[in-house]
Amino acid sequence: MQDMKFLLSILVMMFVLTGCSIKPWIEPYERANLADPIMNFGRDPVSSAYINHVFEAREGARGAEGGSGGGCGCN
Amino acid sequence: MRVVQKVVQVAVVAVTKPSLAKTNQQTGRFRWGLVFAGVLGICVPLMAAVLPENRADIMYHAYSGGGLEVNGPSVLARKSIGKSTSVWGNYYVDTITSATIDVVTSASEYTEERTEKSLGADYLYDNTTLSLSYTNSVENDFNANAVNFGISQLMFGDLTTVTLGYAKGWDVITATGRPSLREEADRQKYKLGLSQVITKNLLIGLNFETITDEGFLNNPYREVRYLDGNGGYGKEFEKYPNTRTSHAVAMRALYYLPYRAAIRGEARGYTDTWGVNGSMAELGYIHPTKQGLTYEISYRIYSQNNADFYNDLFNREAEFIYRARDKELSTYSTKTIGLGLSYEFKKRSWGFIDKGSANIFYNRIQIDYENFRDLRVEGVTPGTEPFYSLSADVFRIFVSAWY
Repeated sequence: MQDMKFLLSILVMMFVLTGCSIKPWIEPYERANLADPIMNFGRDPVSSAYINHVFEAREGARGAEGGSGGGCGCN
Repeated sequence: MRVVQKVVQVAVVAVTKPSLAKTNQQTGRFRWGLVFAGVLGICVPLMAAVLPENRADIMYHAYSGGGLEVNGPSVLARKSIGKSTSVWGNYYVDTITSATIDVVTSASEYTEERTEKSLGADYLYDNTTLSLSYTNSVENDFNANAVNFGISQLMFGDLTTVTLGYAKGWDVITATGRPSLREEADRQKYKLGLSQVITKNLLIGLNFETITDEGFLNNPYREVRYLDGNGGYGKEFEKYPNTRTSHAVAMRALYYLPYRAAIRGEARGYTDTWGVNGSMAELGYIHPTKQGLTYEISYRIYSQNNADFYNDLFNREAEFIYRARDKELSTYSTKTIGLGLSYEFKKRSWGFIDKGSANIFYNRIQIDYENFRDLRVEGVTPGTEPFYSLSADVFRIFVSAWY
């Protein structure tokens, strides 16, 4: 019974922490498209910074402008 | 594109056969330790973060619209030092000739220059990137300084990037023709970003940012107008609250199409303590060709309501403590079309340069104000002038080199 509880606890913990568990659902060899330069939110920093500045001046809203790059470690 | 994939050894945790485990408390804690170690061990990323590429950009920018002409250069260069540090610098100039509606209805055309210099560094340690930068902007009546700090963490098998940022800014404001005016304003920014790979073709980003300002926040030259009781209107200087806090949230997505092209979308919501609420949406399409050309097209819409203390025409002088007639605090909407063309040069015999590109981007912005009237129209009853609108053309022409 004690062992059953222990095994069950492991399963529950794996389930709860599933966000960081198991292996990545996209393998490194499947990331060719993500690594393409066109898949970058701010692929030309000098240009992105300028147009964000223009929009901030002409639009009253400010903050949360993008350009933080990709999430595949290939930017 | 430089892709570095550093394989990290994943800790292998042997799970003891439960039936052999002892039942005393001490052993129990040890077992829980193993469970945590096992679960967290699987979380160790399989690849590592990389520093930004070594590149330099030289850009000419030009804005023309609503009587405002702004142009000048921007030079940005970035270089790695060793394997874990990258430094960058940016030199940016705005040469401004202003005959905007505010200027022509209350003063005369003027020309000035703004110079902005930035220096920054990124330090990479395993999957963590620390960033620090400093920016100074100088014009004849405005001096602004800002320090930015950021920390970015790549996690969950290299599919998620979490970024935290903090910035502190301090401005000194003076006014030509008002020698007694010398004011200050402080600013703090808090940023949270999340970038997530969803599928092998879809990437999304989520950004939050809160900005707080404190100090002298209005333009020292701009005036509001009020009914003078004789069928006309008088003018007095604007007066804004000395604090402002804003919140913005943005969601972005990039999707790789079945052929080599991408669509991108963005939506942003905004609110602040002055009563301004805004929303923005943008859609873009990026299409590279085998010949090295990349075409880009985008469409963007934005709308907002006016600040609580905005009024195009006040009923009397000093009607309220706070009063504004800044068209960027009025109710209005904008539409922007963007076109871009880039050409990438492959390496030939350029010495240390790996590749280069030449780029031209054009944006056309149309702004329609809904409660900001065109005071250039005279001879009509105050408050019945037509609403103001403007169109602006924005060019970015730049060359880039990777080395």
